Order: sequence, then C-alpha cells, then structure tokens
Amino acid sequence: MRTTLVETKKASRTLSGAQAVVRVLEEAGVEWVFGHPGGASLPLYDALYDAPTIRHVLCRHEQVAAHAATGYARASGRFGVCTATSGPGATNLVTGLADAMMDSAAVLAITGQVVRANIGTDAFQEADVTSITMPVTKHNALVMDPKDLVRTLREAIYLCRSGRPGPVLVDVPRDVLQTQIPEDLLDEPFEPRRRPVTKGHPARIAEAAEAISTSRRPILYVGGGAQGAAEPLARLARRCRIPVTVTLMGKGAFDETDPLCLGMLGMHGTAYANYAINAADLVVAVGARFDDRVTGRLRDFCPHARFVHIDIDPSEIGKNKPAHIPIVGDAREVLEALEPLVTPPDTEAWWKQIEEWRARYPLRWRPGPLLKPQQVIEAIYRATRGEAVVTTDVGQHQMWAAQYYLCRRPRTFISSGGLGAMGFGFPAAMGAQFARPDALVVAIVGDGGFQMTMQDLITAVEWKLPLKVYVINNASLGMVRQWQELFYNRRYSEVHLRNPDFARIAEAFGAVGIRVEREEQLEPALQHSLEVSDRPVVVDVIVDPEENCYPMIPSGQSVKEMILGD
Amino acid sequence: MTEAAPSPQPQVERRVLSVLVDNAPGVLMRVVALFRRRGINIHSLAVSVTEDPGVSRITMTVECPAALAESVVKQVRRVVEVRRVRDVTDAPRTERELALVKVNAPGGVRSEILEAAQVFRARPVDLTEKTVTLEVTGSPEKIDAFLSLVARHGVREVARTGAVVLLRGSAAT
Repeated sequence: MRTTLVETKKASRTLSGAQAVVRVLEEAGVEWVFGHPGGASLPLYDALYDAPTIRHVLCRHEQVAAHAATGYARASGRFGVCTATSGPGATNLVTGLADAMMDSAAVLAITGQVVRANIGTDAFQEADVTSITMPVTKHNALVMDPKDLVRTLREAIYLCRSGRPGPVLVDVPRDVLQTQIPEDLLDEPFEPRRRPVTKGHPARIAEAAEAISTSRRPILYVGGGAQGAAEPLARLARRCRIPVTVTLMGKGAFDETDPLCLGMLGMHGTAYANYAINAADLVVAVGARFDDRVTGRLRDFCPHARFVHIDIDPSEIGKNKPAHIPIVGDAREVLEALEPLVTPPDTEAWWKQIEEWRARYPLRWRPGPLLKPQQVIEAIYRATRGEAVVTTDVGQHQMWAAQYYLCRRPRTFISSGGLGAMGFGFPAAMGAQFARPDALVVAIVGDGGFQMTMQDLITAVEWKLPLKVYVINNASLGMVRQWQELFYNRRYSEVHLRNPDFARIAEAFGAVGIRVEREEQLEPALQHSLEVSDRPVVVDVIVDPEENCYPMIPSGQSVKEMILGD
Repeated sequence: MTEAAPSPQPQVERRVLSVLVDNAPGVLMRVVALFRRRGINIHSLAVSVTEDPGVSRITMTVECPAALAESVVKQVRRVVEVRRVRDVTDAPRTERELALVKVNAPGGVRSEILEAAQVFRARPVDLTEKTVTLEVTGSPEKIDAFLSLVARHGVREVARTGAVVLLRGSAAT
C-alpha cells in the first residue's frame, strides 16, 4: 500500500511556478504582455518562450511597459499586463502604476523578486517592491509560498478589473517561479474574497430621479467612471435635455459633438461649462471624483447645487464635496435603473442661459505669424475626421487636445489625468494600437514629455505600429512657462528646451519623421502621416512658444477668478 | 501659485476605530499607511488575533476631525484584506487598556503607593528596594488618572497596551 501511495504522488503532474503564471494568463485570455526581462524574471521569460498565444512586447524601459499596458487597458476595456524584473526593473514601473491607480486603469504587473532566502538582505537587484508600490496599487502581494501563486494571480486579475479598476502587482521570487507545483492547483476554483456593490440602492435611485425631474438647472458631470455607461447616459441626457460636461477622464463617454455637451470643465475647461455647473441647482456626478483641477476652491464650487454622486467606490462619495444623494454602484447599472424613472424637467430657460454663455465665451484662438498649437490640434481633428483614438502627454498640449479634439465614443481619449505623468502619451498610444490594431491611433505630445519616453520609438518600429506622434513643439515646458509668466513675474526658470531634431530622430529609429515649421506645411504633413501604414510617424510641429492655454481658473480659485485670455 | 487661504481648522477629536483584518503579513502597514498619508497621528494601536485564527482585530485611537476620520475609514474599507471597519466612538462600548507602571518606591513611600494602587485596583507585579511595578487595567482615562496620582513619586517607565474595545450587548464590533 505504502509503495502505491508514493507512486501515485509521483504520477501527479507538476509544472513550474513560471509555467503556472503563463497558464493563468492564458486562461484569462491575455494576448499581449509588455515588459523587460532581467535576472529575477528569467524563469518567467523561459516559460513565455513556449507560450503559443501570448506575445511579449519588449519595451526599452519599464515605465513604457506600464504605460503601454495602461493604454491597452483603457483603449480596450480589458486588462493590460506588464512585467519587470526585481529591483530597478520594478522601481521603473512605479510611475506607470501610480498613473494607473489615479486614473483607475486595469493593469496587472508581475515582477520578479530575488530568491526567498535573499529577501531582506540587500541582495543584488533587490528592492522591497510590495512596500514601495503599496500606495500606488489597488492591491499587491509577494508570493512566498509556491502553492499560493495561482490563487494570488487569479485574485490579482479579478481585482484589477472588478469594481473600480486599478493596478495590481504580484511580486514573485525567482525560486518560486522555478519551484515545481502540482498542476491540480490550476483546477481549484477561484472565489473572490468579496464582490463590489454594482447595483445602486433603489430608494436612492428614486430620490435621484425625483431630484432630476424637479430640477430647473440640472447638469451631468461625467468622469472616467462613465466610460462603460455611454448608452444609458446618452438616453438620459437626450430624453431629458440635460446639459453634459465631461472631465478629462470622461471625454468620449458622451458625444462631444452633440449640442447637449458643453465640453470639458475645470481649470482649463470651457467657460460655459464652468459657468453652467456653477449656476446649476442639481449636479449629477457620474463616475467623477471632484478633483481639485475640476472644482478649484471647494467651498465656492457649485454654491447653489445639490449633488447626486454616482460612484462604484464608496470612499469617493463625500470625499471632497458632501453628496446629498449618494449612490454607490456601477455607473451603467445605476443609470439604466435611473433613466426610466426621470420625468424630463423644464430646462428651457436654463438652456437659453447656457446658449448665451456658449455664444459669448467660445473657445478661441487668434492666428499669428507662427503656427498656433490650437490650430494644429484642430487640423489633426479635421485630418483624422475626429475618428482617432487619441492619447496625450501632460501639459498645455494636453489641455488643447482636450478642448479641441472632440470625442464621440468611449475609450477614445487616453491621457494621464490624475497623476499628470509626462512621458505617458507615446507609450499609451503603443498600448492602444496593440489593443485596437485597426484603429487610427494618434499621440498628441509635447516636446518636453516626448523626450521622457521616446527611446521606445524602436519598439513601435519593431512591431510596425502605424501610430502617429504629433509633437506640439513650443521648445519649452509650456505649462510651467505659463505659470511662471502669470504667477512668477515672468521669471522663466528652467523651462526653455534645446530640442533635438525629432524628425531626424524618428528616421534614425526607422520611423517616418516630418518637420513642420509653417502653416502651409501642416495639412500635407498630416495627410502624409495618415498614409503611412507600416511604421510609426513622428510629425514635429513648431508652434508659437508664447501661446498660453485659456480659459484658466488659477489653482485653488473659483469660476469668478477665471481668466478668459485675450 | 495662488492657493486659497486655509479654512478654519475643524475640531480635532479622539476617534476610536475597530478594524477586522486577515491575519497576514503587511496588512497592518496597509491600514496604518492610510492614516499616515493624511498626517493623522495614531494615539494608540492594539493588534491581536481574534476568536478566528485567520482574523486579527486592530483597535486604534486617532486624533483628527470626525469628517477626516470618516474619509479615511472609507479608504481603509478598500483594502482587500480588511473585513470590517467601525468607528465606535459614539457607540455604547466597553473600552479597556492595560498599563505597566514602574514607580520609584523607596521604603518610606512604598505603602502609600500600594494604598493608592488598591483604590485603582492596580496590582503590584514586581518589587525591588527602589521601585514597584504596578499593573493597572481600565479605561484610558482611569489609567491617565492613576499616572497623575503616582507622578509625584517619580514614574520611571510606562508601557501601555493601547485601548481595546468591544461594543456592548450582542452587537458585533
């Protein structure tokens, strides 16, 4: 009997931890992994070598891998995967994780760790990655027992995309990746510890419906949490003729070409969106978090309004502004339940007022001898027929892109909103292009931010990605320059950039590079860029370095202090 | 950058929180980090396993405005290993703390100290020629009162466990 038992045990099949990682990714339908290998993740890369359905994109910097995974997730609605080795590989992911955390992107990060016996001994390429990433991940875990590996990964995948999505990191010591574990572990069913509340409370929903039906000056304030709720949102707004304003993260959740849409609100939002929300008697926040870039001085934000706040994350409700009618739940489920209960309020007078503001304070720019950045964005918008998936970097160009590139569909505007991470735009475009190979993907970046991650042009070339990088080149860190001009007495401290020739850099990488210095070159360059289908194109557009981004509500102030510009 | 003038500070008060968490490495750090991030000082902290070996209870007292505590409590709830969080400050509760107090006790005052200890039901747990160590249990206020009573003899060292709390009656904390 004894011998039989031993034989049975021997006969039960095993696989390495690394092979188990690959199996879990395969069963979750992962097609792309963005990463960079290293010593501690060698076993994982060895297992990936044999994986028939998972393809790995070798990024030249782990920050790019994380941003690409984010771009992939946000463009597709699925989750993105990035991987890095221990120590410096993992620390290079941190910016990308923090961005994904702030903007609620579903990202799974797998990092190699030094072998268990060496953890805590300052071993080569060791960093305490779970401690470092704790505040910038939704959850993370260090796998010390190989038997926990499968469960931990499945939980990570569940967590990164459930409820309010976010980045989840799993740190796996090299020897755990190498250990043989029973294959049966893959057959164990996974049950999450708990599930988020997605269905809104019916009494609250009824209360909200009543509040909307009886309001006179309602407005929908739409954030990134509404990206999956576009249809019920559109039904509610259109049937009840409620004005809609979107945040940077909410762009695309509602058709911005619809006259009901007032565009973006906040620090660099349209004047009419800001006037409207601040005059509203009812603000219906959908998947938005009352960020300081939206509200300015909190106590002066929407002084006449009651707030309905719909959010899947209970900790957002009441965090910055008290909600009169809080509804915890998934934006789509809540709006689907809410919309049929609303009787259209009488918004005729309200619309009259809004149209007056819209006519009086339109977004505008003045032509000059040099190309204006706004003019360039408008040209990109026209050339791409407003159909592109747009990613941006961070700064003035980001705000101009938000103002002038109107989005019609969800998941078509991908920008680093909460963290404001320069260097995000181009890698995010790579991820978006992998997620949507047939879509036109455009990265609108600044000359400052592009230089933070442009080394990965080679990755885009390698994969023949036909994405377009439009560099709004004002030879400066424009937003910082603008603040120095307005608030620091024009003492321009370290904001002027001596730039490389981006077109020639692109060519050196094997991409197409075009430089635009004059207005008549712009349209042909854009057209040319759209004709290239087998490699990335970088169009370096030299623009007026003195142009400022308006309207602007200075930090910590209110709509009353809005600067409209000249 | 023209920031708004700070609004008047809301009232700082003592909040008592009870947090049930998975008994696993790193969980305490996740919870505590959320308070640190907001600059909230943790006045006392007691952590131990519960009737279920897989679950630990963190009892903490913090000093901050009530609204801020509420905001952080909601963030604590997001931590995956956190099972339940309650702010029990305003609930009927049993609250106890244990302190070890080492007091200077030369022959002349020793009996006086021990008499005072009796009133507080503090038990002597160690005795030397120069000191006596007393174990006192009760509400944090009672321990404060005891400490101020023996202060004049010279308190050499104090170790307090921090408050632990259960709700009164059959309600789950």
